[in-house]
Amino acid sequence: MTFNIIVLAKQVPDTRNVGKDAMKADGTVNRAALPAIFNPEDLNAMEQALDIKDRFPGSKITVLTMGPGRAAEILREGLFRGADDGILLTDRAFAGADTLATSYALSMAIRKIGKFDIIISGRQAIDGDTAQVGPQVAEKLGIPQITYAENIEKIKGRKITVKRRLENGVEVVECPLPVVITVNGTARACRPRNAKLLLKYKHAKTVTERQTENIDYIDIYNSRPYLNLTEWSVEDVEADKVQCGLSGSPTKVKKIENVVFQAKESRQLTDDDVDIEELMKELIDSHTIG
Amino acid sequence: MANFYTDTPQFRHYLQHPLMKRIVELKERNYADSETCDYAPMDFEDAMDSYNKVLEVVGEICGEIIEPNAEAVDQSGPTVSSGRVTYAAPTQENLDALNKAELMGMGLARKYGGLNFPMVPYMMSADIVSRADASFQNIWMLQDCGETIYEFADQAQKDKYLPRIVKGETMSMDLTEPDAGSDLQAVMLKASFNEKENQWYLNGVKRFITNGDADIHLVLARSEEGTKDARGLSMFIYDKNSGGVNVRRIENKMGIKGAPTCELVFKNAKAELVGTRRMGLIKYVMSLMNGARLGIMAQSVGLSEAATREAYKYALERRQFGNAIIEFPPVYEMLANMRAKTDATRALLYETCRFVDLYKTLEDISRERKLTPEERNEMKFYSRLADAFTPLGKGMSSEYANQNAYDAIQVHGGSGFMKDYKCERLYRDARITNIYEGTTQLQVIAAIRHVTTGTYLQQIKEYAAMPVVPELESLKRDLANMAVNYEKMTEAVTSTKDTDYLDFHARRLVESAAHIIMGHLLLQDANKDQELFRRSAEVYIHYGEIEVMKNWHFISKSRIEDLGYYKQVIDE
Repeated sequence: MTFNIIVLAKQVPDTRNVGKDAMKADGTVNRAALPAIFNPEDLNAMEQALDIKDRFPGSKITVLTMGPGRAAEILREGLFRGADDGILLTDRAFAGADTLATSYALSMAIRKIGKFDIIISGRQAIDGDTAQVGPQVAEKLGIPQITYAENIEKIKGRKITVKRRLENGVEVVECPLPVVITVNGTARACRPRNAKLLLKYKHAKTVTERQTENIDYIDIYNSRPYLNLTEWSVEDVEADKVQCGLSGSPTKVKKIENVVFQAKESRQLTDDDVDIEELMKELIDSHTIG
Repeated sequence: MANFYTDTPQFRHYLQHPLMKRIVELKERNYADSETCDYAPMDFEDAMDSYNKVLEVVGEICGEIIEPNAEAVDQSGPTVSSGRVTYAAPTQENLDALNKAELMGMGLARKYGGLNFPMVPYMMSADIVSRADASFQNIWMLQDCGETIYEFADQAQKDKYLPRIVKGETMSMDLTEPDAGSDLQAVMLKASFNEKENQWYLNGVKRFITNGDADIHLVLARSEEGTKDARGLSMFIYDKNSGGVNVRRIENKMGIKGAPTCELVFKNAKAELVGTRRMGLIKYVMSLMNGARLGIMAQSVGLSEAATREAYKYALERRQFGNAIIEFPPVYEMLANMRAKTDATRALLYETCRFVDLYKTLEDISRERKLTPEERNEMKFYSRLADAFTPLGKGMSSEYANQNAYDAIQVHGGSGFMKDYKCERLYRDARITNIYEGTTQLQVIAAIRHVTTGTYLQQIKEYAAMPVVPELESLKRDLANMAVNYEKMTEAVTSTKDTDYLDFHARRLVESAAHIIMGHLLLQDANKDQELFRRSAEVYIHYGEIEVMKNWHFISKSRIEDLGYYKQVIDE
């Protein structure tokens, strides 16, 4: 038994290590100042996909990402870990997309890929934190979805069993394939890059990269076809331009505020039990914790 | 994201050494593998990029998985039950991570599935792994026994075992016995040949075997009945799948607790002879030990790096008398010396690796074709240097790892004596480095002939001829003065022609040579990158200058008859 798996991954600014120049004066994210990384929960999803491939050798993993040309790095990162193929969905017309336009574009690309059993992604991206794209892709494709997944327990026939991590416990659900699964950060961390795959795929490039960068080894792209990364435009996936990018995005950002945390008042507490209990009550009342 | 490769710019510096061009060109046989193998480099730049990228992965695994596991590994350690060893769960997790990343068999040829890495990047990995967990470095580094199989076993054995090593099967070298430690000629484990079955069998006991329940063992055993010396010993491969070896117990050690140290009982264990009978100790173990010594050198440097960083971090945080303690001269002097010793032994480690790479690769090529006369000379030249630098480096780096771990605790003060801080583990882990694979005293015995025959002096002169920028000239003059003292003390000792007297002062002579050599290496490093190495070059050369002076002073006053005073103490 083998499966066709599509991993939806996003290149995001590393908001976990924010320096002082992370925000521009207008309050928007200064992407240039933050290193671009593989969205952390998408890596958890990647591991789940690789695990299926380990269990069912011959299964195929395709990494699909939407973004600017440099997002091709995400595809290479996927190949270094064991993905079989990577597709970059890139076009000026995709720019400025909210979650609706993004899921539309991704679903069109998935339709073009055609064969799929499991579509898997992280629960949410650390730059937007919406957790909407996965569920919307499932809706657009008209297939079931399992969110907050922590582990794919088993796949038997055309049925998949998944453990979900919820607020108050875990839930094990069964679902027919094909399915969209979004994975929590509590799932197993992704395996490291594999040395041999890293060396095999390090020269993998998209057509645009090969045209715009100074490439040392021209001939290898003919002799080693696996080094050519697929790049798809709006036309390639036969998408309706109006539903893509800014024009396809009903969400409009009204205002962005730069929130600076600062201590307004400070209090001294002793390590006395009464003091600690008072503090706990206060924090629970203010919904800071609990 | 902690990355133990990218946070230490010294590695990139040593990867860029000019000799790397020649090393990689030889190692890659003009990049022939790139025609047939999809992960082989296409040219020098591509190879260097590959080393850099793979080391980034090693650095990430060490920073993110192995180091965070190290404390738990130290506390739980391996267990033994019914003759079989189980690693601590986090040790197994480390192994799984490296296996999944296909980082086993780094140095082995691609036809066996290896990465064909030269010693320089391979030992960088060992250095980085050791900084994360020295006990784990032992288990990981034993893959190096594969090198001995590659060099001396027959083709069928290579085809059988090398791909298994690459897939992550672990190894051990079974040499030591209760009565054969430093003196391996006394090995008694019996190898007997059954003519009818055409099969070797091993019977006896081995002790202190690191990773003794490994999948593949190299065993030194007495194949010639009635013999008592080195000429009766042969080398064997024992495959755990054939059975016959049980772990009787694992030692409760002071340090490197994650690596199981086993007592093994061989009971009619089937084994395969490696190479020629009687050459076990004379040829194969010597080669195996040289590789292992390089590994311990890397382990020592990694430990020094960890100790230096721990001490530095604590000295920045800890405040006394209103200041961070790093502000106080006695503390910052300690820290500067630690950094200098770490950098000095790292410089020596990679210089040694380059010598080993050049001679081993040429030797390997000589198995495929006849070397040109120039190549033969080149191989001999570097073989001699590797032979001279390996014991020197193993001795110095392991002694410094101990000193640095000791000083790391001193910087921590009372807290360092508690189990709460990492420095106490480093202190325990470092303690074995100057004992196993030959004590420092044995390294001195291996090194002293390069004092008397002038290998070190010749190399010191080579270094002294290299130009430096004007602001580093004064350091170069200091090194020249140290060399004068070294020549004087060598002459003073060797002119007596008294072997006891030479043995008595051997360590002083060898260490003096080491100070000058490490000083020169740091000077050359500083000449290329002052920001990275100037401080360590200054600190180390000043430190070494006084050490050499002390040694010369002692020797100049030492009379042959004084040895009697020392001997009398032993007799009491």
